[in-house]
Amino acid sequence: MSKDVNATRRKFLGQAAALTGLSVAPGVFLVDLAHGKPADEPVSAKNRWGMLIDTNKCAKDCNACVTACQQENGWGSNEVNSRPDQQAQWIRKVNLKHKATGATYSLPMLCQHCETPPCADVCPTGASFRRADGIVLVDKHICIGCRYCMMACPYKARSFIHEVLQDQSVNAPRGKGTVESCTLCVHRVDRDGENAVPACAEACNEEGHAAFVFGDLNDPDSRLSQTLKKFGSRQIRADLGLNPGIHYKGI
Amino acid sequence: MKSLYYNNKRIATLLVAVLLSFALPAMADTPVPVVPKGKGVKCVEPTDVMRKRHFEFILHQRDATMHEGIRTPQHSLAQCLNCHVPKAEAGQERVRYGSDEHFCSSCHNYAGVTIDCFECHNDGPTGQPLELTGAEGRPTPLAQPLDLVDEAVRVATREEEE
Ligand code: HEC
Ligand code: HEC
Ligand code: HEC
Repeated sequence: MSKDVNATRRKFLGQAAALTGLSVAPGVFLVDLAHGKPADEPVSAKNRWGMLIDTNKCAKDCNACVTACQQENGWGSNEVNSRPDQQAQWIRKVNLKHKATGATYSLPMLCQHCETPPCADVCPTGASFRRADGIVLVDKHICIGCRYCMMACPYKARSFIHEVLQDQSVNAPRGKGTVESCTLCVHRVDRDGENAVPACAEACNEEGHAAFVFGDLNDPDSRLSQTLKKFGSRQIRADLGLNPGIHYKGI
Repeated sequence: MKSLYYNNKRIATLLVAVLLSFALPAMADTPVPVVPKGKGVKCVEPTDVMRKRHFEFILHQRDATMHEGIRTPQHSLAQCLNCHVPKAEAGQERVRYGSDEHFCSSCHNYAGVTIDCFECHNDGPTGQPLELTGAEGRPTPLAQPLDLVDEAVRVATREEEE
């Protein structure tokens, strides 16, 4: 009984919050004054970086997050000899339709930065790893291009580079024969810490949708934790028990 | 005791000098790599140290950045290129790794060193050169093919001055 009341209440609050979300968000953001770690300090398990993506705010025909990621990390236009299904895809837009209700959803799909990443489990060289602060990366210096991780990933978040590249972005060195995926803009996170805004989130804000909230899941006072606490969220394929760092709302 | 030591030192100096008198004319004919001059007053470590150990620094930095998020500029690979590779002139191709004119391959071609770094890393400048202040960093021109000879020349000159 009381559970039902709570569920309805939560739903109502959720909707109310979605309406006021835009006006609240910039104000809250300005209050957040934490700084990044010093450049010579190693990352630690004190932080766990993650994101919340509000699918209610994600526009179906908008691709700004994808374009921004391509620009930031230098993928998407330089693999001219690869088939479309071979080309890199660090982030992609997915449109979903609920079979029973017919409701449609639009959301960006990217590396979910799992707490227990299957990609790292299967990697034979240790190239796929989860950094102390929760960011899942490929150390391409060790990657031998076997692509086990691509098969292990339930989110199909990884790509393999099939051809020789030149003039890569300094943010993301990329080369033939190695696997790659979203780095949560680790170069920005290392620089700005709690104040970091990954390129996808930045573009989404600029478009006026503000569907992304980046932050520290370990800090109960971070805007991310506060938003999650208030409105709840879902993790995609939560049944796998991987505890992704990327949360979604509205699906 | 003291004079024995002194004599030994003199003999050593003499030996070096004699050896060099044979070696120096020969060295003038030995081809040496033409290493393009870097930007700024000095390198991130003394030039002598960089010549011999630059790879230790960047390989160490590679792991520190990748796994621990350490992003100090001093030994960053991207920073090496910002100082050591010039931007493309208008209408011209930038010098590429592999060419004798590219800073890194000027030496590597000469010494037969193969690296794969630039399959992924941009082989040109991607930002502003790091600003280092202080005294000019270049102690001796790279005129001899062997660092050991370089060392011997310096020891000999110092001894002569004493
Ligand atoms: C298969 C691709 C690949 C190859 C080959 C490669 N790297 Fe990297 N390297 C990367 C990636 C990806 C990063 C992470 C960039 C980041 O997070 O900013 C990186 C980062 C680095 C960094 C830290 C960032 C910087 O610019 O200081 C260093 C140093 C580095 N690599 C050195 C090397 C060296 C030396 C070699 C050659 C022996 C090499 N790498 C070869 C992909 C590669
Ligand atoms: C602030 C600019 C700057 C940065 C950053 C820099 N260098 Fe240098 N480097 C110089 C200068 C100036 C010299 C002096 C000698 C010269 O080039 O004439 C030099 C000299 C060298 C030499 C010896 C060249 C010779 O003539 O024998 C090597 C090798 C070298 N650097 C490698 C590197 C590497 C590797 C990095 C990255 C870790 C790096 N440098 C970063 C400016 C820089
Ligand atoms: C003064 C000449 C010289 C210059 C300039 C130079 N290198 Fe080297 N480098 C060498 C030599 C010689 C070796 C081999 C050392 C050895 O094997 O003991 C080497 C080795 C390396 C290695 C290690 C290779 C391995 O297999 O472990 C890396 C990485 C490297 N250099 C990167 C660079 C980069 C990047 C630059 C340009 C910023 C550069 N070097 C510029 C002379 C040079």
